[in-house]
Amino acid sequence: MADILTLQNINKTYGEKTKNPNQVLFDLNLSIEEHSFNSIIGQSGSGKSTLLNIIGTLDKPTSGNLLLKGKNITSFNKNELADIRNQQIGFIFQFHYLLPEFTALENVLMPYKISKQPLTKEIEDRANELLDLVGLGNFKKSLANNLSGGQQQRVAIARALINNPSLVLADEPTGNLDSDTTEKVYELLRQINQKFKTTFIIITHDRHIAEKTDRIIEIKDGRIYMDITK
Amino acid sequence: MKLAFQIAKRFLTSAKRQTIVIILGIAIGVSVQVFIGSLISGLQASLIDSTIGSRSQITITADANIANYDSLITDIESSTDNITVVTPTFTIAGSGVNGSLSENVVFRGFDFTTANGIYKFDELLSEGNLPTNTNDIALGVGLKDSLNLSIGDTVTFSSPVYGDTTLNIVGFFDAKVLAINDAWVITPLTTIQGIVGEGNVVSSIEMQLKEIFNDVTTKDEILSAIGSTYNVTTWTEENQELLSGLNGQSISSLMIQIFVIVSVVLGISSVLAISVLQKSRQLGILKAMGIQDKDASKIFLLEGFILGIFGAILGILFGLGLSYMFTKFALNPDGTPVIALQIDAGFIALSGGIALVASTLAALSPAIKSSKLSVIEVIRNG
Repeated sequence: MADILTLQNINKTYGEKTKNPNQVLFDLNLSIEEHSFNSIIGQSGSGKSTLLNIIGTLDKPTSGNLLLKGKNITSFNKNELADIRNQQIGFIFQFHYLLPEFTALENVLMPYKISKQPLTKEIEDRANELLDLVGLGNFKKSLANNLSGGQQQRVAIARALINNPSLVLADEPTGNLDSDTTEKVYELLRQINQKFKTTFIIITHDRHIAEKTDRIIEIKDGRIYMDITK
Repeated sequence: MKLAFQIAKRFLTSAKRQTIVIILGIAIGVSVQVFIGSLISGLQASLIDSTIGSRSQITITADANIANYDSLITDIESSTDNITVVTPTFTIAGSGVNGSLSENVVFRGFDFTTANGIYKFDELLSEGNLPTNTNDIALGVGLKDSLNLSIGDTVTFSSPVYGDTTLNIVGFFDAKVLAINDAWVITPLTTIQGIVGEGNVVSSIEMQLKEIFNDVTTKDEILSAIGSTYNVTTWTEENQELLSGLNGQSISSLMIQIFVIVSVVLGISSVLAISVLQKSRQLGILKAMGIQDKDASKIFLLEGFILGIFGAILGILFGLGLSYMFTKFALNPDGTPVIALQIDAGFIALSGGIALVASTLAALSPAIKSSKLSVIEVIRNG
């Protein structure tokens, strides 16, 4: 299967121009296959979140290239990268990051509205379906703030999928959830991966969770320490 | 724009108390501006009206008496469109004598059909009628007391140049100005023309203007039409002190308004700046989802704009309410308002417009800040 994502010699140094530059990623090379379900593990400070932010175009590498679907997007400007984030990438963060002023349904529709396309019946149906899929059919009109942590994380998952992205990046998506909810969220992600053929890259420090994915990439001190495909 | 507007609206409605406080802040600023502006222009209008409203605003004289005044008036009227009324007058000085009582008087001849447009003698009349026949006169109420006169009496006008003339008293007027009440004797033009004996002449031509502050331009227009053999003086040339007083008022009014605007701008700007900090998490999320920087800044510009609109509308209502209350509660003993406020729709719209522009501009720096906000900072700091 083709690679959706390729990282070539990625280096990241914080505080480059200061007296004590801090390099967190070292010549990292990595390819991710389309439709795959991957995890990146590593201890805190290993550089895994930095790597995910670079993949998600939220942060720029100090050197190296980032190819999305074969296209080198390293030198894209801010607006082009914003478009890529909007159209191609779905984000799920540990602290779910919903907009508290908006309802669950409005949050799910937000990436679509940002794309400035006219709101259609189809897209509203899709948002409703996604909320049904994550089991929140009864909470569509609830303000994000009035939902529990697990519910908010599921809204964030539905939101990540609304624009039909080819890649979903999840940074410790269950980091602040209890173990039962964690289990349910992972099942949900897996289900979506199979149903929509969405590529997933999930960051976790929990080996138990990583073992449920098809490929485990371990990062240690800014380098790939282990890469196992099941 | 639509999305930015939706988000701006939601940000404002979800923090209702904060929004109301900002709107009230803008509204108070606008209302003070509307009130002070109306008060000062009312004050100026009443000051102008009481000082030069019943006086000649441009006066034309010549070295000798003016003979061809009818055609001169026609020339003057066609030279400019800034004139409301023109009237010929004939003034001489002398004494009013009643038996052993004598007073210095200014004896003024008028064509009352036009002169009332300036002096409003018909409204000032306190007793009797305006004189219509030659040798009929009306006197100021001050002269009535000092010469001990009443309607139907006769009085002698005495002048070293023109001799003595006996005149019939038909009325008294109260000009509310001591200098006029104590000295003026008014009569038809023909009385004075008869006394002077130079035929159909007058001593000056007086007029009032539509735009009183355009007097110098109007003077130039008249001079170019009638030629420089005449002397033309305007009210501003004769009233430099009044003019500088009016200017002082205008400047102080402007200063007050500028400070009000500055405080409104600073208020909105600081509250919106805090709001950007409060919403930085939301902005980070929106940026992660791909909102463009310019749309992110539009959110705050629109917040400023929306706050400005509501603040301006509410402020205008407050300002009008305040003005209304002022005219109802700050009264003279006779029940008239101390100052008749001048409510000028154009000025009110301008105040509202300035508040709107100021609010939007105040949102500029928060908007730039939000556009510069980096997602990664927000994600990293939670």
